[in-house]
Amino acid sequence: MKKHFQKWFPPGLMFVMALWFFGNLQAPKDKDFAFTEFGQLPITANGRIVPLDSLARNSLLEIREKQTLNTEPWKAWNESPKMVSADEWLANVMMNPAAADDWPVFRVDNPDLVSLLKLPDKDLAKKSDGKHYSWNQIQPLLETFDKENERVQKVESTSRTAYENAIAKMHERLTLYATLKNAVQPADAQDWPAELAAYEKLIPAGVIAIQAQQAAQKFDQTNFNNFIAYVQAFQFMANLEPPLILPPNGAREWRRMGDALLDAPRPNGVPIDDGVRAYAKLAGALAANQPEQFNSALRDLRSLLVAAQPKALDKARAEVFFNQMEPFYNAMVIYVLAGLLACFSWFNLSETLRRASVWLIALAFVIHTIGLVYRMVLEGRPPVTNLYSSAIFIGWGAVLLGLILEKFHKNGIGAVVASGIGFITLIIAHHLALEGDTMEMMRAVLDTNFWLATHVVAVTVGYASTFVAGFLALIYILRGMFTKTLDEATGKSLARMIYGIVCFATLFSFVGTVLGGIWADQSWGRFWGWDPKENGALIIVLWNALILHLRWGGIIRERGLVNCAIFGNVVTAWSWFGVNMLGIGLHSYGFTEAAFKWLVLFVASQLAFIALGLLPAGAWKSFKARTANRS
Amino acid sequence: MKIIVDFFTSLKLTAALLAFAIILVFVGTLAQADEGLYGAQAHYFKQWLVIGAHMFGHKIPLLLPGGYLIGTLLLVNLVASHIYRFEFSTKKLGIQLAHAGVIVLLVGQLSTDLLSRELQMHFTEGETRNYSDSATEYELIFLAGDEVTAIPEKLLKAGDELKIENLPFSIRVKEHWHNSDMNFRAPMMQNAPPLTTNGIATSFDFKKADDVKTMDERNVPAVVLEFLTSAGSLGTWVASDWAGDPALVAGVRNGYAQMGADMAQKVAAQLLAPQTIEAGGKKYTFTMRPARVRHPFSLTLLKATHTVYPGTDIPKDFRSRVRIDNAQTGEKREVEISMNHPLRYGGYTYYQYQMDAGQVAEQAGRTPSSVLSVVRNPGWLTPYIGCAMVGAGLIVQFLFHLVGFVSKQKKK
Repeated sequence: MKKHFQKWFPPGLMFVMALWFFGNLQAPKDKDFAFTEFGQLPITANGRIVPLDSLARNSLLEIREKQTLNTEPWKAWNESPKMVSADEWLANVMMNPAAADDWPVFRVDNPDLVSLLKLPDKDLAKKSDGKHYSWNQIQPLLETFDKENERVQKVESTSRTAYENAIAKMHERLTLYATLKNAVQPADAQDWPAELAAYEKLIPAGVIAIQAQQAAQKFDQTNFNNFIAYVQAFQFMANLEPPLILPPNGAREWRRMGDALLDAPRPNGVPIDDGVRAYAKLAGALAANQPEQFNSALRDLRSLLVAAQPKALDKARAEVFFNQMEPFYNAMVIYVLAGLLACFSWFNLSETLRRASVWLIALAFVIHTIGLVYRMVLEGRPPVTNLYSSAIFIGWGAVLLGLILEKFHKNGIGAVVASGIGFITLIIAHHLALEGDTMEMMRAVLDTNFWLATHVVAVTVGYASTFVAGFLALIYILRGMFTKTLDEATGKSLARMIYGIVCFATLFSFVGTVLGGIWADQSWGRFWGWDPKENGALIIVLWNALILHLRWGGIIRERGLVNCAIFGNVVTAWSWFGVNMLGIGLHSYGFTEAAFKWLVLFVASQLAFIALGLLPAGAWKSFKARTANRS
Repeated sequence: MKIIVDFFTSLKLTAALLAFAIILVFVGTLAQADEGLYGAQAHYFKQWLVIGAHMFGHKIPLLLPGGYLIGTLLLVNLVASHIYRFEFSTKKLGIQLAHAGVIVLLVGQLSTDLLSRELQMHFTEGETRNYSDSATEYELIFLAGDEVTAIPEKLLKAGDELKIENLPFSIRVKEHWHNSDMNFRAPMMQNAPPLTTNGIATSFDFKKADDVKTMDERNVPAVVLEFLTSAGSLGTWVASDWAGDPALVAGVRNGYAQMGADMAQKVAAQLLAPQTIEAGGKKYTFTMRPARVRHPFSLTLLKATHTVYPGTDIPKDFRSRVRIDNAQTGEKREVEISMNHPLRYGGYTYYQYQMDAGQVAEQAGRTPSSVLSVVRNPGWLTPYIGCAMVGAGLIVQFLFHLVGFVSKQKKK
């Protein structure tokens, strides 16, 4: 019995987790309104074709920091609060604000901001969780907020207080919300299909009135006023620059709704087309709570796209599947589980737990890889295109290295490294995704797949391997200092692993850095410009080279190597995130306040580990155990 | 002798130099926020000894070997070790190749530092250029008909008197400002007397300014000169490059727009008015301008395009379509220069650098224009060779280790 358990538990556990992953692949079925299908409609946002589903998820992430909306956040999870999908939320924001404005979607963490806006604290009776508030709750004090915001916008972003940061962030969230509300219809439209029909009817008379007024002739004042009111409302919509939701119609490329409505009365403008009408019908049906009309309007819109934009439709559908799959989030969950199992395996030295951990890591790695490759295909790009994808790729590379180490050493160390770094990098990626679209278009200078595939990938593998070496060193210190499990053989094997990985890291960081120089030479004629990011990469190369030379010269031995490898973590974190925070140079993208705090914490923790590593042998449990064994 | 050899071939020296290099690069990166990219380069990297640093808005006392010193010592260390420790064995082959690659890289960077030249070519659509401008160096020129006499800025030292062969007068340099500021002398508001009573100085005040700090700005030098002939002085004049750059002139014009369009136009016209002196029966027009390098061929900008992704301001592409006319070889062909796709021609490489085109230029009613960065770097191939050598060397070495490790593991 026990033997069977030992043999079948690891693959069995993996099978259960795999079932869990595949079970989540299927999107929930629409009950009445076909919101999931609505989410599959292609639009153009951030310069690329995306499904409305991506717009919905990215917007909800930005506003609420989650991909779904809990409309009753004051309820505990076991009281089954009503959840709303991102698609349903977006549909209501864009076309039925009467409902959406009541949903507590704005996350507010700063207590000063809560009191500025006179929002209720946590109070079950008042149906408030003290964190999430609706547009209708915020709207009464919008004027107060605007005044504060005006002041904050003048403060340099690096010298803002936490409260001022919260104001700036809230401003972004409110602006995004207002933009979405004006993407399909004017936010204050009462009955949009009727208003659109009235506008269309008014166009000829309105144009005559305007022309007459401009020529200083007699004109119809009512027509003139009504027409101007429409134009102002549409101008307001267009000025917010919402996504381009209207598909091309022959004469025009993808357009914003506001622009299309303004274009119609122009002398060589395109009259109001089926796309505009279909969206209006959709809006009318949603506001009037008529699921069948809504679904039929959706079918009209789809049939328009099937004929004219089959490629965009396919791309949108593929991306919706990717969104639904959430490969990186799911992989992260499995890495946590695997890491815990591997750690336990050290203490009771259970081979079954170790094997179970490795099977799980293998599953998570497959999911991680599927996500990585799917993303590359969707984008048509090499794996790393921005800070977000660098986190995913560093994690991927480190997990692969960890698995290889585990294959050779079979002592659970590689498994802990793989699951540990896999988890940490994916959680970093998860937080970076809060900034918005993670598949944004590449700026002109970066628009080259060759260099992204060579320079960026090599540098990122260099990062990943330096982290693996550093992580191995942390294990050395933790196990040596606080447990008796670091016997001589384990210590030696760890040191050998660290040395091997540092060699590997030196190769990739060197080649990656020089390739970056060659790219710079190709694109603006300067091999080396002392740009902060270049310097950060150079420091990694120099640091790894220094470790190797110190080791060859016998200046450092096992523990010296371990401490140096931990400092490699600091050097790499500096190059990865630190230099971006200087706000100078060519690579100064992706600064986040929270990231700065975490970077400082991380560096401090690593320095603390090095301090531990420098303690004399008497302070190490394992070293004491070794001497005890010998005598 | 042995002590010296031991010192220069020691691994400890290598380690110390690497450690100093790390500190230097780190300090030099942080200092960029305070000192600017160029300032930090000159202060830390293109330097033998670094004394004092600027970080986080503070002056910090410190003494470090500069980039030149570290680079040179590292080169000596590497070469010496190679000579003294070289042995031909497969075990060491990789490591030796990698270090030879590092030598190539270091020597290549040194040669780049000494020999490379960075120029720029500015043109609007339809214009033809057979020369490039220096981005950092200037010259004082005298035009008499077709005859051009150019004097490099670095010869214009304050207090010197220059006698130039072709010119029938000598030049006394009274002031030389590497970067200058300029103000219009508005009528009714003149406080101080003008610098001189000749030419442009009667309408504008010039004064010394600090050197620029970032890559996007440039210095505008100005000199105060007196011209002397055997018959006596031709007066004191100011020469500068303020009139040479259309962007600067536009800036001056916009700066005075509040005084009315006519007035702004007048101010700009006064700035652009040529200054002329007469000597030896000839009229000489003089000004400062970026130092020019002539090419034996010309480039004509046919079209400058700047596209963005739909519905955004994210730049998608910058592209200049140019025609090469080379009378010597009879070439007359069109090429496209875009980001990541430079033109290598006639010993120079032409990169897409700046652009004023697309919607922005269209709305402002400007003719699209383009700036190419023109670089001559005889050592441009060294990074390619060095990188290949180091990469190959490290791969050989690590494979060697790995094979040993795996076979050992298998035996267990």
